[in-house]
Amino acid sequence: MSSDVAIRVEDLGKSYTIRHQQSDHVTLAQVALERAKHPLRRNQKEDFWALREVGFEVNQGEVLGLIGRNGAGKSTLLKLLTRITAPSTGRIDLWGRVGSLLEVGTGFHPELTGRENIYLNGSILGMSRKEIDRQFDAIVEFAGVEKFLDTPVKRYSSGMYVRLAFAVAAHLETEILLLDEVLAVGDGDFQQKCFQKVNSLSSSGRSVILVSHNMGSISTFTDRAAYLEAGRLVTVGPTDAVVAEYLERGGATANQVDVSSRRRDDPAHGREARILRVSMEHGLVAGDDDIRVRVVARASEPLGPLRIGQSIRGADGTAVGTSFSEAAVRLEPGVETGVDLVIDQPRLAPGHYQLTVSLGIGNEAAAVRDYDVVYDAVHFEVAPTVTADGIVTSWHRVWGAMRFDPPRILSADVDTLGR
Amino acid sequence: MATSQSADPTTPDDKPLLTIKPRRSWLPSHPKELWSFRELGVRFAARDVTLRYRQTLLGAVWVILVPLLGAGILSFVFGGVANLQGPPGIPYFVFTLAGMVAWTAFSQVTTRSSSVLVGNSQMVGKVYFPRLLLPISTVLSTFVDVAVSLALLIVLLGISGVRPGLGVITFPMWFLLIIALALGIGLASGALMVRYRDIQYILPVGIQFLLFASPVAYTLASVPASAQTLYELNPLTGLLEGMRWSLIGTERPDNWVLIWAGVCSVVVLVIGTVVFTRMEREFADVI
Repeated sequence: MSSDVAIRVEDLGKSYTIRHQQSDHVTLAQVALERAKHPLRRNQKEDFWALREVGFEVNQGEVLGLIGRNGAGKSTLLKLLTRITAPSTGRIDLWGRVGSLLEVGTGFHPELTGRENIYLNGSILGMSRKEIDRQFDAIVEFAGVEKFLDTPVKRYSSGMYVRLAFAVAAHLETEILLLDEVLAVGDGDFQQKCFQKVNSLSSSGRSVILVSHNMGSISTFTDRAAYLEAGRLVTVGPTDAVVAEYLERGGATANQVDVSSRRRDDPAHGREARILRVSMEHGLVAGDDDIRVRVVARASEPLGPLRIGQSIRGADGTAVGTSFSEAAVRLEPGVETGVDLVIDQPRLAPGHYQLTVSLGIGNEAAAVRDYDVVYDAVHFEVAPTVTADGIVTSWHRVWGAMRFDPPRILSADVDTLGR
Repeated sequence: MATSQSADPTTPDDKPLLTIKPRRSWLPSHPKELWSFRELGVRFAARDVTLRYRQTLLGAVWVILVPLLGAGILSFVFGGVANLQGPPGIPYFVFTLAGMVAWTAFSQVTTRSSSVLVGNSQMVGKVYFPRLLLPISTVLSTFVDVAVSLALLIVLLGISGVRPGLGVITFPMWFLLIIALALGIGLASGALMVRYRDIQYILPVGIQFLLFASPVAYTLASVPASAQTLYELNPLTGLLEGMRWSLIGTERPDNWVLIWAGVCSVVVLVIGTVVFTRMEREFADVI
């Protein structure tokens, strides 16, 4: 295997200008009105560095894992590598064409048939007509949609749709492939196929950058990993060491979110009582740990006793579960009340989750009325367990979001009941 | 491919295939790159055309019906109700249809090329391709509409016995100038629309206004003398009259009107391209 460099990133940075305004002025009229009202006031601008001073190299035939919490700059880095957006500083040198699989089915059109979409999507991803012609049968077979090639994809099941989209992208013949693991969707068989594909890519000399929240897949598929935090590269090196550092640091980082000015979905929420801050002791929870949450709220009138509801959703938005505290929170006007809660060992599977917090009365046994609901207030991660031998366990998506206790085997002997 | 073995394998001497650096420029940097993506441009255009009449009862018949209905309405309003006089010897409907060929090219390219970025925002935010490709592809898909209108006109010319003069050889020039003007407007407003969606509402009103404020369905001669100069400053006037001269042999406008219109079109295209290039780097961030 060649050790030639395929990707070299030097001093890479990307800044966004944040304008501090009362609200987003998205129309010309609003901008003009604001100017007219305050002719002398300049909008306060602030640079936000989504990525700063990032540098690393990826060799040919190497799979590099990219890890970091949400907002660490992973997506920004991928967007820069794919030229979707331009860097503010630094440079990227690429020795090869870049293909990306950051979102499946980009440019898929529901009215077009499977065949038409293969060609359209292939071209969008950068394949030439000849390449698509050559790969066409392989794509169709990979996706398993032979019978529906001339059906508009709007009539496809969601599984077929995603499989077809992934299949097109997986047959990109670029020297460099960027891959977001969230996309390895579908049933276990299909996931297996996807990962085999990644392996065969790297063994044929292609370089892959794999983004994942799943430390198990990172450990399985990558030799080296890069860990981003708050836009900076914390460390890059052998996967095991980087994952260990990530788990350690992530576990030590508190996760507090100010939600006081966040817009509520229901305008009636947050009036009488408002949730101001939600924090978790750790942004990264070990698999068998309790989840500790602190909720700070304030009311404009005496309220209570209230309960706090907590709902957990997976990274893909599916609800995992909900629990309500007992109704024991009393709020006094003007006083910020902090409530500490513990969810005992929810046995969540390793992965990424979002916590929704509500303040109100009622639960599954009584009529629910919420004074305030903050959806996806905090994001957190459940770390994979590490065995005594130091092996990072891996959890397949199809296994779901709950890690049940191991079932007890009552008996195992020759079956006579079924005969 | 840049994979040649160098003496020290960890530092490739060969130049990278691509270097990405911060860049602010005035003109599109990679005409070559745009060309290398031509297949995708054609595919975008083909998708546009395929989708336009999918799940319609009459399908492709609409391609013919729409210009006929358009020209019919304009002839009825201007020739019938307002009782304006067309050029002598040319049926009013033929006269209007000739204007419609030019107008379809202008209005379709302006409308489509300006809205194509916002309409494909998902794609712009998720994959890379030269952004210019999208507006340019709308020009290709407009060719279909123009070609159909043109074919209808040729049939009608045959029936009505109207003959274009030698000027017909200048048709491609008028056509290209109209496209240049329309694309220039479309590029600038499309780039602005990414940030300010207001353009979405202003532009159709502006186009509607131009339909009546330009001699599409009436001759420049029927405009009051006091307003003639004002009319002639509108680059569309020169282009419409020029194209009609080439197609059905109507009176040729003054040279300065034609030159003015041509210069305006080219300037507008250049300005549009510059605005687009200046703003394109932030498309993915704000779209």
